[in-house]
Amino acid sequence: MSDALNTIIKEKITAKFGEHVLETTEFRGQLAFTVKQDRNCEIAEFLKTDPDLAYDYLEDICGADYLEYEGAKDRFCVIYQFYSFKNNHRVRVKVFLPEKNPSLDSLTCLWKSAGFPEREIYDMYGITFRNHPDMRRLLMPDDFGSNPLRKDYPLKGKGERDRFPKYTVDD
Amino acid sequence: MGLEEIQVPFVTTTLNAVIKWGRKNSLFPMPFGVACCAIEMMSTLASRFDLARFGAEVIRFSPRQADLMIVSGRICIKTMPVLYNIWEQMPEPKWCISMGACASSGGLFDTYTMVQGVDRFIPVDVYIPGCPPRPESLIDAVMKIQELIDKGQSKSKSVRPKIDSKYEYEI
Repeated sequence: MSDALNTIIKEKITAKFGEHVLETTEFRGQLAFTVKQDRNCEIAEFLKTDPDLAYDYLEDICGADYLEYEGAKDRFCVIYQFYSFKNNHRVRVKVFLPEKNPSLDSLTCLWKSAGFPEREIYDMYGITFRNHPDMRRLLMPDDFGSNPLRKDYPLKGKGERDRFPKYTVDD
Repeated sequence: MGLEEIQVPFVTTTLNAVIKWGRKNSLFPMPFGVACCAIEMMSTLASRFDLARFGAEVIRFSPRQADLMIVSGRICIKTMPVLYNIWEQMPEPKWCISMGACASSGGLFDTYTMVQGVDRFIPVDVYIPGCPPRPESLIDAVMKIQELIDKGQSKSKSVRPKIDSKYEYEI
């Protein structure tokens, strides 16, 4: 069942987006497409609106840092996880981003729920999402200044945990 | 010696001694419970361990009515300003218990977000080790606070928080 669906999706996606799909991989029966940076919205919309596929639920968006990773295509990666209630089936879409000014179109036009994960990715990796209604940090303080989940950020921070200028006692 | 044995209907003492006696037997704790230590604190307050035996059962969620701060749990850099504000709102004289490994030293969270001990920012009178400490430890700490009150000692006036000078804030 699952394998048959995978073949259908693969055919549909390659027929429609041909050269924009860079790579198609399969891991434990789950499909993953690596797509071009500016095509994520179109492909997500197609997956959502196509009546046979009907990937109507955006499960999660996460980021990844491929610094010093062998065989990595680029520095950053944004990974979308879609789920189809109709077919009980999952598909993954990956977008690789360069180190300098990584930015991507937001999926909030298709799923309102994309807002928070995108803000988290912005917070943790410094990847900005275009057309996002509220592109602010989610977890870290507004004046934090770093992106802690980047691999080149030290675990113990850069002294942020000891720096509270406004709150020190002076007499 | 019961008071009924005294034939004269009055006792001579100093006003200071009476005030100390009152303070130490009616501590109003301000619980800053943010993690699993708070569960132990609740257990201490409940009937089995019963902090009311030491006169400290009236938990005040308003800092203006409290004189004992119990910091129970890990404090991250976003919580620390809140904790400091609440500490500053408490009227003098006041005491502070740092409950558990996380509040005292950061515990196992030696990461970029965790404050490595609340004593970097607020003066702490009594530390409780443990992860989390047993309710008996908290009772012991409250008794230590009572001893401090008896001696007229409080760190909130005398000791300034030690701020690491190498993390001077640059503007």
